[in-house]
Amino acid sequence: MKRASLLLVLIMLASMMAACGSLASVGGATTIKIVSSLPRTGSSKGQTDSIVNAIKQRLEEAQYKACDGKITLSYEDLDDATAAAGKWDAAQEASNANKAAGDADVMVYLGTFNSGAAKISIPILNQAGLVMVSPANTYPGLTKPGKGEADEPAKYYPNGARNYARVVPADDLQGAAAARWAQSLGAKSVYVLDDTELYGKGVADVFEATAKELGLDVKAHDGIDGKASDYRALAAKIVAAAPDMVYYGGITQNNAGQLLKDIRAEGFTGKFMGPDGIYESAFIEAAGADAEGVYATFGGVPAEKLEGDAAKWYADYKAKYNAEPEVYAVYGYEAANVAVNAINTVCKKDRAAILSAVMGTKEFKGILGTWSFDANGDTSLTAMSGAQVKSGKFEFVQPIK
Amino acid sequence: MATLRPRAIRTMPWRLLGQIAVAIFCLLFLAIPFVEMVKSMIADPQLLARQLLIGVTNGAYIALIALGYTLVYGIVELINFAHGDLYMLGAFFSLSLIGTFSLTTETPWVVRAPILIVVLIATMGFTAGLNMLVDRWAYRRLRGVGSRMASLISAIGISFVFQNLGLLWGYLRFPFMHGVMGSNAVAPKSFPALLPSVNLFAGTGVRFGAKDLIVVGVSVVLLIGLYLFVSKTRLGKAMRATAQDRDAAALMGIDVNRTISLAFVLGGALAGASGMLVGLYNGTAVFDMGFTAGLRSFTAAVLGGIGNIVGAMLGGLLIGIISALSDQYISTKWTNAVVFGILVIILVFRPTGLLGDDTVQKA
Repeated sequence: MKRASLLLVLIMLASMMAACGSLASVGGATTIKIVSSLPRTGSSKGQTDSIVNAIKQRLEEAQYKACDGKITLSYEDLDDATAAAGKWDAAQEASNANKAAGDADVMVYLGTFNSGAAKISIPILNQAGLVMVSPANTYPGLTKPGKGEADEPAKYYPNGARNYARVVPADDLQGAAAARWAQSLGAKSVYVLDDTELYGKGVADVFEATAKELGLDVKAHDGIDGKASDYRALAAKIVAAAPDMVYYGGITQNNAGQLLKDIRAEGFTGKFMGPDGIYESAFIEAAGADAEGVYATFGGVPAEKLEGDAAKWYADYKAKYNAEPEVYAVYGYEAANVAVNAINTVCKKDRAAILSAVMGTKEFKGILGTWSFDANGDTSLTAMSGAQVKSGKFEFVQPIK
Repeated sequence: MATLRPRAIRTMPWRLLGQIAVAIFCLLFLAIPFVEMVKSMIADPQLLARQLLIGVTNGAYIALIALGYTLVYGIVELINFAHGDLYMLGAFFSLSLIGTFSLTTETPWVVRAPILIVVLIATMGFTAGLNMLVDRWAYRRLRGVGSRMASLISAIGISFVFQNLGLLWGYLRFPFMHGVMGSNAVAPKSFPALLPSVNLFAGTGVRFGAKDLIVVGVSVVLLIGLYLFVSKTRLGKAMRATAQDRDAAALMGIDVNRTISLAFVLGGALAGASGMLVGLYNGTAVFDMGFTAGLRSFTAAVLGGIGNIVGAMLGGLLIGIISALSDQYISTKWTNAVVFGILVIILVFRPTGLLGDDTVQKA
């Protein structure tokens, strides 16, 4: 009998609590949750810290309110990297996407950083009808038909409708710009390498194709094992081929520093260029003194060269976080900007409405200028820049046409 | 336990047929690319020489790690999966010491060389001690109780523990280490280029740096030392006796546990030495470097005949050379496939490895 009464009390308590809970949600303002999924562990952390800072900066400017205070915004910073991998991890990204899809409060998914990770989360979120805005994915096949594999991008959108947009220009632009820049730097022959990942191979393929069109001599195109302990044999092969430039399509986390060290140790004195995947301080740290003189391309213009609203953003960021933003911070801000704008336009807690508002962004006055998303979810901005490592830091060299 | 595989049953014809089939397959599908490879080798002999030298240098340190697998396996028949990660810890330990002594490329040679030797000895001591402690705490308790799987699984566990230690190590940014751990815990750590990279064959078109020579030299000295130790000394004899028959060795008055500890100490010391050598040679230490290196080295040990010391050296050398040639003449993408393909082919013809013998098959 005693046990039964205890049970009864417990049930009563539980039902009272449940009642209170539902009362609270009826009485309070509507809460919309924005999540981001970025590699927060490992050497990408420098980049993603500054993206997350920029997202928070945008939300704080809105005082975590939208729609004239009728909607409260909340933000959660998810990590798609694991310490064991040292970089993004497919299982972790899938779990983040499923978590967001299953949480009825989540209306916008900001991410991912790596294109390979986006490949995993886009279909999951697509089925949940949740909009995704990436501040950093550049693999063309995620959005553009005919620029990736034959079944891309359709296979990422199982329910047929697009739910993914990105505020950065894709690699069909970056790879081509890199090849043109290589030519203008005086390279006549190139040796192309990639890290066999979606992003790295994608940008290296575009680079190779454009280089051939421009009449550069492409000596070879090899894929590297990102976990190998050294690349000395490959380096000897490269030195024997004697190219003017080595182009590496890939990310720092796939051993880019070791690769460069080995190539230099074998006596290669030519140029070394990479995409935005190596445009970060972690690369310079990994490559040590050999990083000096390395070229990198990236979408947009560097923060300190921004004008107008963006220049103000840059000053605010520095004042607030007392640090230089890394290259993708401005895109983190712009992604959050688009999301907040869509929520303000729609003014209700409805995934489908917010999705179509984000995807339909036109003539948007963001800090990068006035731009639109096209039907594929790609930004209409196409500016590209080139940078070079000078005394241990990447420095802006020139915009690339 | 030899009854598990009764020799009386005549399986020979089938096995022979299988071998012939594999041989025909190899001939048919590999002949044309092989001819092309040989052609390009002859076309540029200097490049071939360079690749062979790279292969020998890489093979030397692979052999050092492979010996740790083979020594332990030869005596307790345990595949010590944590061995690759021990090598990684060796690299981190030596990097910390290098930072503590604030060795840089500017340090004069009179100071640099003796300190490097001290660091090498300290690193070997550190990994040897660690390996011995792991044996005492984890493996010894499981020895002789239950199945051998228990030790094997705990070795995998230790490997995870080591890997996470390596991760934590990245956070050790004491001021006295002079910033060698960088600013990012997980990122690869950069070793200062402390070994001279002067080309010893300057003018010949072939590159063989002084640091390559140092890596090969130190490895060969350690390998010969180990070989002499095992074949000539009393303790070495005790090790061989324990490997052959543990019970009989115990009856003859050999302290079996101490002998096994010795195998772990020797293997650990070699792993530490190669960790430091590779760190200085490649210039990088990263917490997951033990996995790839461990896999390659374990393959080398199996290729040479696991349990056989000379076999591990031969296996290391072969794997080093095969990888370098495959990187050059086939494609980097295919190197792992080539290495493991050759391993499979050799194991088809010689299931006990190149120099292994049937005594390894004892239960």
